[in-house]
Amino acid sequence: MILDIDNLSKRYGAGELVLKELDLHIEGSGITAIVGSSGAGKSTLLRCINRLVEPTSGSITLDGVELTALHGAELRNMRRSIGMIFQNFNLIDRLSVMENVLSGRLGFVTFFQAASRRYPQEDIDRAFRLLERVGLQDYVNKRADTLSGGQRQRVGVVRALMQEPKLLLADEPTASLDPKTSVQILELIGDISGELDLPVLLNIHNVSQARQFAQRIVGLRFGTIIFDGTAADLDSAALDRIYEGTAGTGDEDDWTPTSTSTSTTSTAGAATCGVEEDDSTLVEDRA
Amino acid sequence: MSASSPGLGRRTWRRPPAIANPYLRYGLYAAVAAYFAWATGSLELSWARVAQGVPRAVAIFSRALPPDFSRRSLMVDGFVESIQIAIVATLIGVILSLLFGILAARNVVPRAVYLLGRAVIAVARSFHPIIVAIIFVKAVGFGPFAGVLTLIVYSIGFVGKLMAEAIEEIDPGQVEAVRATGGGFLKVLAYAVFPQVLPRQVGLSIYQLDSNLRASAVVGIVGAGGIGGTLMNSFRRFDYDFALAILIVMIVIILFSEAFSGRIRRSLT
Repeated sequence: MILDIDNLSKRYGAGELVLKELDLHIEGSGITAIVGSSGAGKSTLLRCINRLVEPTSGSITLDGVELTALHGAELRNMRRSIGMIFQNFNLIDRLSVMENVLSGRLGFVTFFQAASRRYPQEDIDRAFRLLERVGLQDYVNKRADTLSGGQRQRVGVVRALMQEPKLLLADEPTASLDPKTSVQILELIGDISGELDLPVLLNIHNVSQARQFAQRIVGLRFGTIIFDGTAADLDSAALDRIYEGTAGTGDEDDWTPTSTSTSTTSTAGAATCGVEEDDSTLVEDRA
Repeated sequence: MSASSPGLGRRTWRRPPAIANPYLRYGLYAAVAAYFAWATGSLELSWARVAQGVPRAVAIFSRALPPDFSRRSLMVDGFVESIQIAIVATLIGVILSLLFGILAARNVVPRAVYLLGRAVIAVARSFHPIIVAIIFVKAVGFGPFAGVLTLIVYSIGFVGKLMAEAIEEIDPGQVEAVRATGGGFLKVLAYAVFPQVLPRQVGLSIYQLDSNLRASAVVGIVGAGGIGGTLMNSFRRFDYDFALAILIVMIVIILFSEAFSGRIRRSLT
């Protein structure tokens, strides 16, 4: 797997650039952690890769295929080859665990197979295997909203793996979990990444967890990469550069200590709102 | 704590008025009072007419008692037709209102479609069923068909609007997740939108059936079929005892449907 991001920029509406001419090259497997403060552009970066967010300019290629130009069926086929797990799990609450897991195959089955829940036998076999792998075999017919946070995120991981992805995007997968469960989920992601030789792009808040689980760490600040190295390279000077001005010094244009700590008002606040309002629509190519 | 510190004067507090500007506030109060005075004057509301009306009402009631249930077949035919109108119109109307609800949900369709969907619902909502019934009776003639069409329009206006609002309030995260698996528009609807609005859809459909039952009696008055026509005729022929019988049966049916629909809606989460 070769992911090549070149000169990528994104702005929401008429706002500030959230990503600024960003370059990133990822090759092979293993976990790459992306660290940075809220509003640094981590979520936007991941969502530009599978085009849940439309990039404003720049190029993203996955194994030589230009992703930014895809439309319709090509776009959907690209998406099914990229798994994604989310901070809020984003399970379909009212559906069962099995339906959630099988929804990972939505890109492969016909609408009638999906609507009538008649998935191919190999998908069902695979679903049972993966649910056993994460210890949820007894929850197959439970409704997703009856599970605990850790269980729900494991369903999220299984759903993504059902796609047999060649790349896994994990957007703050542990930010809604308690510390102990967080570590369990990160261990699961790490193990699976190793077992399946699956590259993972992991947005993460917790720097010490990033060090522990990632082979490579990328530091993002105001939409540009200002650090790229191993856990050992990430010293306190590097951390200061990544988080400087975002955690209280307030020397960066309209970023003030109060506005960053509460993450309202400032441009970053507007940008985060933009993610939800602009791009939650089902309509493609509206940018 | 300043409250417990001695030496500070007593502090008073009053809730700030909703309209801060006193001229505007008292001006509005005065305007409302003036309009009310003018409106009651020009509508010729008078106690004399109320006094005249009371004995007339008493006369009608005394002639209505006891209610006359003897013309059973006429009554049964009317109610059966009304219930048919209500059920058929609810089934068709609810399916159509789901469709228009999707078309009128800002977060699901492109802007042009959204505006069109909203326009359809707004038109369906702007007229009372009686007015719609008059139009359909003119268009397709007397009888239950006009009633069914009327109540379909009524259902689209009400259920369609509330479905559109329910769809606009869904959790966008679930939509995002289904899109990320490579699902297209229909699969996103089937997996991320419908499961979230399904309880609302069922609850609204039952409520609308209830509502259509009531309205089906009313639209009959202008000739759109059902018991309403029978009721209107009995008034015209001064058969007040028969009219009262119809009204009593109507109340019983409504009470039953209310109890039934209330129970179903409570059992939904």
